[in-house]
Amino acid sequence: MVSLLDIIGPVMVGPSSSHTAGACRLGLLARGLVGGTPQTARVELHGSFARTGEGHGTDKAIVGGLMGFRPDDERLRTSLDIMEREGLDYVFEKTTLGDDSAVHPNTVRITVTRNDRTAVMQGSSLGAGRVLVTEIDGYPVEVTGNLHTIVLVAEDVKGSVARIATLLADAELNIATLRLTRKQRGGDAFMVIEIDEQPGEAVRDTIRALSWVRWAFRLDKVGSA
Amino acid sequence: MYKSLAEAIRDAEARGVSLSTVALEAESADGGRSIADIRHALSRALTVMRGAITQGQDPDLRSASGLVGGDAAKLISGPAGPLAGTLFRDVLMRALAVQEVNAAMGVIVAAPTAGGAGVLPAVLTGIALARNIPDEKVIDALATAGLIGAVVAERASLSGAEGGCQAETGAAAGMAAGAAVEMLGGTPTQCGHATALAQQGTLGLVCDPLGGLVELPCVFRNATGAAIALAAIEMAMAGITFAIPADEVIDTMGEIGKEMDVRYRETAGGGLAATPTGRRLAKERLVQIKRSDG
Repeated sequence: MVSLLDIIGPVMVGPSSSHTAGACRLGLLARGLVGGTPQTARVELHGSFARTGEGHGTDKAIVGGLMGFRPDDERLRTSLDIMEREGLDYVFEKTTLGDDSAVHPNTVRITVTRNDRTAVMQGSSLGAGRVLVTEIDGYPVEVTGNLHTIVLVAEDVKGSVARIATLLADAELNIATLRLTRKQRGGDAFMVIEIDEQPGEAVRDTIRALSWVRWAFRLDKVGSA
Repeated sequence: MYKSLAEAIRDAEARGVSLSTVALEAESADGGRSIADIRHALSRALTVMRGAITQGQDPDLRSASGLVGGDAAKLISGPAGPLAGTLFRDVLMRALAVQEVNAAMGVIVAAPTAGGAGVLPAVLTGIALARNIPDEKVIDALATAGLIGAVVAERASLSGAEGGCQAETGAAAGMAAGAAVEMLGGTPTQCGHATALAQQGTLGLVCDPLGGLVELPCVFRNATGAAIALAAIEMAMAGITFAIPADEVIDTMGEIGKEMDVRYRETAGGGLAATPTGRRLAKERLVQIKRSDG
């Protein structure tokens, strides 16, 4: 269903909703995977992102997103300068992440490190600023950033979903979607939970304290809605 | 949200209300947001649109590639043409201003897209200034424009990569025309004719930006798109009707977009992008883009 406010919006730094606003959102989501501004980042641009990215400020937008700037933040224009001033070590590469049939033309793989945590995320900008994260740390996922999201990796124990659902309900958070993926039976499970309300740090910390949870992060919603 | 402009027009006419009224009610019902809340968001969009128009009047403004910028200023201080001192010239200036700001990584409202962001603010704020129309009515007009854009998104496309420029500046012209007619006191039916008249004038328009950048011809397509919208508004307000309903014109745009060769859908493989000069400029300018400019 199309929303009127999707048509009259988003408010954004130009020039391209897919190559600039969407790229910024992907940067924001990668930032969320390490819980703040990464100290190092390796950004691999694929397809149209690699070919026309510089002219569209795709690099500036991703860097801005990694530093926590939103798509309507004018600092996106000078984000590369800010990055250098802050002493952040971000490098860009042009690459091919797969066949045209398998990988969206506007795709990026971002490897981020903050303190002792490293995360790898692959995502695409689908047009009109909409994005889709398709892979996190090697797990196939579908994260749109349209809602607040909690991502976590847990040991594949029975009742884990019920436990998390109860915990969120106790915090008066309403689950919109919940997806579980795992690489193999009995292996670690990757959980993506989209939530209507913004989850607080307390909820994240409670989830992190569960003995079978390896790590958990909150991703703030990056969509315009 | 409505998937047919005819349905929205029927509902509005039956109740004796404007298209913006039925659009705001539908949006509120869909998303659970209050009408006041939606109008607040539209009001913020209007503020950003006006900010971009002001910023875009800077004669020194340039895009990252240096390919576009500074032309809106020429319509302010440059020599007079036959339209000097008219609303028409002011609207052209506003469309160029917004799109030049967009190309220079300034803040705009993607309405419906970043590449077609100049048409709607140019037409609505230009007319509002010339006819002394209060902001409340401009905000309503933005809701009507959103309704028309949503119908286009549903029935056809708002993406140059999918449907060519007819889906971006063409759709923007249809949105602006219908919205402006409401703002000027036209009936919902007249809004529909204005949308159809504007969209028909852009059918077949290709998306052929040099080097794939949202710069050339995009900046100028927004000005000519606004001109088409003004023509449609003038005709619809005069009582002229277009025999093919807006929904069917929009459907036609979608069909043409599907048939359009990929070279003409934002790939820089055809059209102006593939001309000898287009190729040369794209090559030269892309080399010029440096990391720390902007």
